[in-house]
Amino acid sequence: MAKFNPGFSRRGLLKASAVAGVGLAAPTIFSSKSYAYMNEPKGGTVTLGFNVPQSGPYADEGADELRAYELAVEHLNGGGDGGMMNTFSSKALKGNGILGKKVEYVTGDTQTKSDAARASAKSMIEKDGAIMITGGSSSGVAVAVQGLCQEAGVIFMAGLTHSNDTTGKDKKANGFRHFFNSYMSGAALAPVLGKAYGTDRKAYHLTADYNWGYTTEEAVRSSTEAMGWETVGAVKTPLAQTDFSSYITPVLQSDADVLVLNHYGGNMVNSLTNAVQFGLRDRVANGKNFEIVVPLYSRLMAKGAGANVKGIFGSTNWHWSLTDEGSKAFVKSFGTKYGFPPSQAAHTCYVQALLYADAVERAGSFNPCAVVEALEGFEFDGMGNGPTLYRADDHQCFKDVLVVKGKENPTSEFDLLEIVEVTPVAQVTYAPDHPQVAGGSLGKCNPGS
Amino acid sequence: MLGLNSKDKTLFLIVLALTMFAPFLLNPFPEGSELAQFNAGYPDLMQRFVIFGIFAIGFNILFGLTGYLSFGHAAFLGVGSYAGVWMLKLLTMNVVPAIIVSVIFAGLFSAVVGYISLRRSGIYFSILTLAFAQMSFALAYSVLTPITNGETGLQLALNDPRILDFDAADGSLPATNFFGIEMRDGFELALGPWLFTFNFGYYLCAVVMLIAFYISIRIFRSPFGLMLRALKTNQQRMRFTGKNPKPHTLAAFIISGMYAGLAGGLMVAMDPLAGAERMQWTASGEVVLMTILGGAGTLIGPVLGAGVIKYFENIFSKINDNVLYNWFSFLPDGMQDAFVFMIHPFIGKGWHLTLGIMFMLVVIFLPGGVVEGGQRLKRLFRRRGGSDSAGGASSAKVHPAE
Repeated sequence: MAKFNPGFSRRGLLKASAVAGVGLAAPTIFSSKSYAYMNEPKGGTVTLGFNVPQSGPYADEGADELRAYELAVEHLNGGGDGGMMNTFSSKALKGNGILGKKVEYVTGDTQTKSDAARASAKSMIEKDGAIMITGGSSSGVAVAVQGLCQEAGVIFMAGLTHSNDTTGKDKKANGFRHFFNSYMSGAALAPVLGKAYGTDRKAYHLTADYNWGYTTEEAVRSSTEAMGWETVGAVKTPLAQTDFSSYITPVLQSDADVLVLNHYGGNMVNSLTNAVQFGLRDRVANGKNFEIVVPLYSRLMAKGAGANVKGIFGSTNWHWSLTDEGSKAFVKSFGTKYGFPPSQAAHTCYVQALLYADAVERAGSFNPCAVVEALEGFEFDGMGNGPTLYRADDHQCFKDVLVVKGKENPTSEFDLLEIVEVTPVAQVTYAPDHPQVAGGSLGKCNPGS
Repeated sequence: MLGLNSKDKTLFLIVLALTMFAPFLLNPFPEGSELAQFNAGYPDLMQRFVIFGIFAIGFNILFGLTGYLSFGHAAFLGVGSYAGVWMLKLLTMNVVPAIIVSVIFAGLFSAVVGYISLRRSGIYFSILTLAFAQMSFALAYSVLTPITNGETGLQLALNDPRILDFDAADGSLPATNFFGIEMRDGFELALGPWLFTFNFGYYLCAVVMLIAFYISIRIFRSPFGLMLRALKTNQQRMRFTGKNPKPHTLAAFIISGMYAGLAGGLMVAMDPLAGAERMQWTASGEVVLMTILGGAGTLIGPVLGAGVIKYFENIFSKINDNVLYNWFSFLPDGMQDAFVFMIHPFIGKGWHLTLGIMFMLVVIFLPGGVVEGGQRLKRLFRRRGGSDSAGGASSAKVHPAE
């Protein structure tokens, strides 16, 4: 140790040890997490974590989700016109925060990447003391963050995630989903398609090559095949694909007369545009008009695809043109605040925030296990989708599903879809051990340390 | 001591102090104050700092010494992560086998990729590695879904075999541990309004990083390191003197691949999930940015660069308009709106923009990265400090970098 250079002098060492000595002598409190459960709110406020994509392919949805959350927080704290709190069948929420604690929130960017989403959720839990994480605009992210919340011991209220797996093989006791899923899309669409296009069609699937694409293709396939359709081809397309021409040509050469696009977001906008450019909609195959189907629709996608969506069927969780009291109240307060109607992503996120707050009120505690108990088997109404059940077996909401069609004569840039049918909940309900969702188990609720 | 010269010893001790006291250094602002937003001393981010530090140290062994710019290093990190998660799933929740196997798999994979890519140099090498990384990403994202679980990412499940563990199945996942010490566990120290979090997982990562850093110093100072520098300067001349550069570059490539695997293994040891995105080209680009931002070819630069980038990603991205309004609440309403409007593009989702501007400034004005900035400051103070320090200034010139 004789060769210390001037950068680390004896004087410096003395100073450092003096400081260390003072530090050790000072009264210190070493505590090993003195909470009854993870992030127990102790002051007059409670923090919720809104983890949404602010950059990347789903940034539009993320922005709308964030608007909805801000609106929900405003309503929970007694501001605004109360929105759906007035139409919600449970009257536990009083507009004085949650259990009398003022609601505060932190936001994060998931970047639509599992890693980034988990990092952001972790910082909310570890740094900001968030008691609940909600959001997400992709199933991969939702599943990843749900797993994290289960391990960390906080509640996860999923945002827009449509894959069967979120409440299927990847379900977790601390995770809840209000949004509908692939199975429901298939079950709701099939009868409408049968009525409109006949029961002896030959379908060709183009499927986004990732988890959500697979489950959606499987769901649509099995429900349409059950009705008599034949699947003549199914091709996977890379997620990053922007030009689908090379995938459309084989469709022209097959003897298919229906094209199913299991694509979402920008993928769907591009593939649909390509399909229309190739003249598929004017084509006659097997003596029938060629048709295109998009299983999962959203207003933001319809906007991207423009006139190409006219007359094309798809399913959606909620649409602002619904006329029940809950939807009207929500559209009104959202429109007043932001000047345009909310998307389905905004709706599901707003509802999830309210459902969480209500469950805490009813349970009388923020303890995740108490919240899980309050949400399991909870039946409610007045949130825009009619009577809804949060099923205890898989933490999935069961409610009516909308089948929509691209409007022929849209009156504004928001008025792009029209509701064809409201499929009753009984028709889209499945057994918790249905082959499409089988596997995995909820496990036990985890309240953290 | 430890076979280091005095200069390296000082550097090593500085890094040792920085990592060991990180929970204090990163939490300079009292809990509950407005500035607490800028605190970075929570376990997840501290772990990320050192893990990406390891990743960047490894990358620097290849890029800093040989000058070969690999655009596919994230692939090795990803391979390491997947191998690690599979070990956690199949063997045991103890992180040691997971970390070791990650390093081995990443090493094997980098041997294959390196053997092929190193047939070319310069831009062709970069493109080859980029192609390999994108290929691995695409495979992990879709084709290899049974192994990688595709887009969702590979996670632990309740019904995993975990053949070495005898845990009672009580319906909750066991935590990753180091011979019984849970990685997510830790303790908190409250000193007045300050709250410091000490996390066991972080300290495991920090110790591993110190070892990795020490090995990297030894490599830099070894004859092998000298050979790599020679190779960077003039490969032709080296060949004429009768040395074959290929085995050396391949060795450097594999070593840096193993470092990436180690980072991947630690990542899953802290948070048992492996997502395909960490193999994407943006992730490979990130480590290039870290190294250049900190100072390529220097020992400590990559670690600092990793810290800066991760700090921006995790802290700046979480500042939203609400927080801004709080900061400027002392201003009159109109001014407040104006300030928030001006700063808005640079925070929250705009953190990329802030980072980009900073990167440009660093590359233009400090080509040697943060390390060069530090050296300039040091020189400035020396010059001000006294007229008799001419010797000191000249010695700083003799030993640039590191």
